[in-house]
Amino acid sequence: MSLSADTTPRITPLLPHKRRTSAVIKYVSVGLVVSVLWWLVYGHLALAAHWLTYQAFGLKAGTHLASAVEFFVFEVPKVLMLLVLVVFGVGIVRSYFTPDRTRAILAGKRESVGNVLAALLGVVTPFCSCSAVPLFIGFVTAGVPLGVTFSFLISAPMVNEIALVLLFGLFGWKVAALYLGAGLFIALVAGWIIGRLKLERQVEDWVYATKTGSSGVVEESIDFSGRVAAGREAVRDIVGRVWLYVVIGIAVGAGIHGYVPTNAMAAIMGKDAWWSVPLSVLIGVPMYSNAAGIVPVVQALLSKGAALGTVLAFMMSVIGLSLPEAVILRKVLKWPLLLTFFGVVAVGIMLVGFLFNALL
Amino acid sequence: MKKIQILGTGCKKCTFLSETADKAAKELGLTYELTKVTNLAEIANFGVMFTPALVVDGQVKVAGKVPSLDDVKKLLV
Repeated sequence: MSLSADTTPRITPLLPHKRRTSAVIKYVSVGLVVSVLWWLVYGHLALAAHWLTYQAFGLKAGTHLASAVEFFVFEVPKVLMLLVLVVFGVGIVRSYFTPDRTRAILAGKRESVGNVLAALLGVVTPFCSCSAVPLFIGFVTAGVPLGVTFSFLISAPMVNEIALVLLFGLFGWKVAALYLGAGLFIALVAGWIIGRLKLERQVEDWVYATKTGSSGVVEESIDFSGRVAAGREAVRDIVGRVWLYVVIGIAVGAGIHGYVPTNAMAAIMGKDAWWSVPLSVLIGVPMYSNAAGIVPVVQALLSKGAALGTVLAFMMSVIGLSLPEAVILRKVLKWPLLLTFFGVVAVGIMLVGFLFNALL
Repeated sequence: MKKIQILGTGCKKCTFLSETADKAAKELGLTYELTKVTNLAEIANFGVMFTPALVVDGQVKVAGKVPSLDDVKKLLV
C-alpha cells in the first residue's frame, strides 16, 4: 500500500541558484550552436540535392526521373528538419498545457467565449484521437457546454501544428495563416452551431452517469530542463512515428512532380471545376493520413495547377475528420449527433474551400 | 498484493505502458496483479482524460504518457 500520495513521477532536485544559472547558460549556448548548424545545413539542401541528382546519380537534366529524384532528395531532409524543429518547440509549449488545465479553463464558460477559447486551446493542448472519448466525457461531465467541447474536438486534430509549420516552410506565411484562420473559424462556428442545436440528449446516456472530477494525479512541477526533456521526448515519439509517412508522402509528391504534366490538375482540381471542392471533401473525410504525410502531396498538387481552396479543403478533411475517429466517437455519441458533427464540419470545410477559390 | 491497472483502449502506448509496469513490478519483486481496463465507461470513471494511464491500488498515478521504467518503479513502491 502506497502511503505517499504526493509522489511525483519526475523528481526535480532544487538546484542552488548558481547551478541553475549555469544550466540556463548551457541550454542557451547549446541551443545557439544547434540552431546555427541547423540553419547552415538547411540553407544548403537545394545545392546538395542538385549535386546528388545530376553529379552523383548522373541523371540527365530535364527528364521526368531527374525531376522526381531531385524533388525527393531535396524535400525529404528539408521536411524532416523542419519537423524536428517544430515538434521540439511544440513539445515545450505543450508541457504548459494539460487536458486537465484546459478543462478547468473551459468549464462553466459562456458559449460564445467558450467556443473561441476551446478552438484556440485545441491547437496547443496535447491530443491524440485515441483519447478523444475519455476527453469528451471528461469535458462534458465537468460542465463544459457540448458546443464548446466540439469546438475543441474539431480544432485539436484539424489545426495541426505539424501541418501548420510544414505549410509555412513550403508555401510561406500566407498559406499557413489561411489554414490556421480557416481551421479556427470552422471549429468555432461548427461548435457554436452544434451548441445551438441542443443535441445534449444525443449523447449516450451512460456518459452523464460518469463520475465527474479530476483524476487526482498530482500536477508535476517541471523546471525548464524538464520542458526541454519534454521537447526531446516529443521529437523521439512523434518524428519516430511519422517519418515514414513523410517519406512516403514526399515519394508520392515526387512522382506527381516528375511525371504529371504541369497543368494536369488544373482541369480536375482547378478553380473552374466547382465540383472539385465537394468531391475533395467526400474523398478526404473517410481517408486518414498523418498531417506530415499529406502536406508534401498538397505541395505537388498545387504546383500542378490545383486551386488552393480545393487542396486545403482536401487536406483539412483528411486530417480533421476520419472514419476511425467516427467509430471511436460512436461509443459516446448517438447517430444523429455523430452525423451532425461530421456534416457541419464537412460543410464548413467546403465553404472554406469555395471561399479561398473565389478570393485568391 | 499490489493492484496495478492499465487504462487504455489498446493503442500502442497502452501496450507499452503495460509491459513497462509488468517489468518494473517483476524487478521490484512485488506480488501484484496486473489488469488492463479497456472499457470506456470504466476509464472515464477514474477521471482520466488522456490514455494510457497507470493506476496503482485504485489511485491514478500517471495519465497521458508512458513514464520510464525507473519512474514506474518509484510509483509502484
